[in-house]
Amino acid sequence: MVVKLLLEINDLAVEVNGKQVLEDIELRIGEGETHVLLGPNGSGKSTLFMSILGFPKYKVTNGEIIFKGEDITNLNTTERVKKGIGVSFQNPPAIRGVKLMDLLKVESGQPIEDELSPEMMELSYKMKLDERFLERDVNLGFSGGEVKRSEILQLLAQKPDFIMFDEPDSGVDIENVVLLAEQINILLDKHKKTGLRQKSGLLITHLGYILNFVNADTANVLMDGRIACSGSPAEIMEDIRKEGFKGCVECCKVH
Amino acid sequence: MLQGALEKAKKAREKKALYGEDIDLEKFIKEEAGEHERLNKASEVPKKVQESLLKVGVDPEEKERAGTFIQVDQSGVCSTCGSESVEIMGMNVATEKYSWLKDYMWKAVAVDADKYTAQTALREAETGETSGYFIHSLPGSKEVFPLQACMFIGDEKVMQTSHNVIIAEENSELHIITGCTTGEDVSSALHVGVSEFYLKKGAKITFTMVHNWAEQVDVRPRTGIMVGDDATYMSNYILTSPVRSIQTYPTAYCPGKNSRIVFQSILGGQKDSVLDTGSRVLLEGEGSSAEMISRAVSKDQSQLYARGHLAGRTQNVKGHLECHGLVLSDDSMIYAVPELEGSSTELEMSHEAAIGKIAEEEVQYLTSRGLSEEEAASMIVRGFLSMDITGLPPELALETKKMIDMSLKGM
Repeated sequence: MVVKLLLEINDLAVEVNGKQVLEDIELRIGEGETHVLLGPNGSGKSTLFMSILGFPKYKVTNGEIIFKGEDITNLNTTERVKKGIGVSFQNPPAIRGVKLMDLLKVESGQPIEDELSPEMMELSYKMKLDERFLERDVNLGFSGGEVKRSEILQLLAQKPDFIMFDEPDSGVDIENVVLLAEQINILLDKHKKTGLRQKSGLLITHLGYILNFVNADTANVLMDGRIACSGSPAEIMEDIRKEGFKGCVECCKVH
Repeated sequence: MLQGALEKAKKAREKKALYGEDIDLEKFIKEEAGEHERLNKASEVPKKVQESLLKVGVDPEEKERAGTFIQVDQSGVCSTCGSESVEIMGMNVATEKYSWLKDYMWKAVAVDADKYTAQTALREAETGETSGYFIHSLPGSKEVFPLQACMFIGDEKVMQTSHNVIIAEENSELHIITGCTTGEDVSSALHVGVSEFYLKKGAKITFTMVHNWAEQVDVRPRTGIMVGDDATYMSNYILTSPVRSIQTYPTAYCPGKNSRIVFQSILGGQKDSVLDTGSRVLLEGEGSSAEMISRAVSKDQSQLYARGHLAGRTQNVKGHLECHGLVLSDDSMIYAVPELEGSSTELEMSHEAAIGKIAEEEVQYLTSRGLSEEEAASMIVRGFLSMDITGLPPELALETKKMIDMSLKGM
């Protein structure tokens, strides 16, 4: 079966404040596929996310990003998001006076004057966030777990086709990881048969804990701003568990 | 008026105010108090005026309002009251009705504070007419619906003066919404509003004021608040539309024990506006506390001065002064002047002032959710300015939130 490509990154190089941070990045994610992005601290995982999102600080110096067959390398973040890209941040900023409720309305395409739709309300309850919580300023004083749940809830409102999750399981207790994983699986069409899935995802995980609950099709290891290897998540995770990223360094030398 | 007060006013006729541009009073027309026709109810004001009133939170239909007072230029045109707990009427009526009212005039605001107070007093003496409104709550009463008062300027180049006295008797509670605005055809005018508040033991007043003036209007409100034992005064001030200049520095005197004061202001500077607003609280009664919070945003060529003066003059008083500003254009300015004065042991006072720009990180977060950069910036600015107003009854809290949202739409 030929999988239709949703995201294609060719020979991408990215600079931040004049410093080269990503190089020779090749990444292909098919429709319905979930990839995981592994790598030690500082290897450039979050940088790759921000580059795909098109944040102004991340300057593409070479290569291209193709999304749904269209070159989006020169589009701004808003335009990319409107095409169907979404992200859950690890440490999103707090915005005083901007209520999570209002943000959810904007994200789900509802007028801000209207009451939040019953579907969104139901989803909020599922994420254990009640009306009072939705009245809070977004991310202001949220606990670690609340941040993650609010991020996933916002993605449920947005319904993107391609979603990047930056450490969705860090600092979250087991009960909540299960809850988050459930919704991540819904976002990624996991309840559908493999061939029928249309949503794709790219997950950053440090401990790989979330992978016990969310199945990934492919793992990619990022080392020093380059993709060192790609392959079966189970095998790669096992290697990393045994020898850390040391083995990947060896791998890099060979390639 | 008492002879002593009149003499003082005469001497202060030319006295410049400490802050704000000095306004030449001769440039303005002094209309008479009988110039505009009296109305039986607020809904009788012309349609166009009704629209202006709605924008500053004054409902011409008087739904869920305990009473209404409307002054057009110098004339009190309408006063209605549907409450048994409070009364609201023009000052000219009130001064006839209650001989004791003179004991409350020029006691919370000094008649010779500056040329504007002096002018208001001299005009009262010359014409024998006191403009403005009188609000009075009965002891022990509680009116949940707000009273609404409107100062409307309908004619070009008018100098509107008003002298308002608000008295909350012991253990009573009342809420006031004041909207000040101008007619469509008015471009320049002067508004001077003297307001004197008296809160007796255990009383509570909330005072929410929305200003929406024409672009060439000068505004000089003069406010004094006398707060008794266990009394609470809360003021919310909202101005986000362009105006020529505003200078005001309301002062709360708290000789009473355990009194509580809250001043909150939302200031949006646009075009050439010069906004010089402050609040001052003198904590002189033990156990009293004050909170003064302002949010200011400057756009275009506007200049904003956010002042605050908190004085603790006895033991066991507490206060916090907070002033946050966002400067959105290189041609604009925000000048925050928070002052703390402690002259007793055992007190706690703090201040916090911060001026900055819209955080890039916040804009990016919102663009990653599909908002454009402009939409993101405006959502952040509105969020920054939208303060949670506490201490209001639920219906009024909702109404106030709507008023704030409406004012912020123009930002």
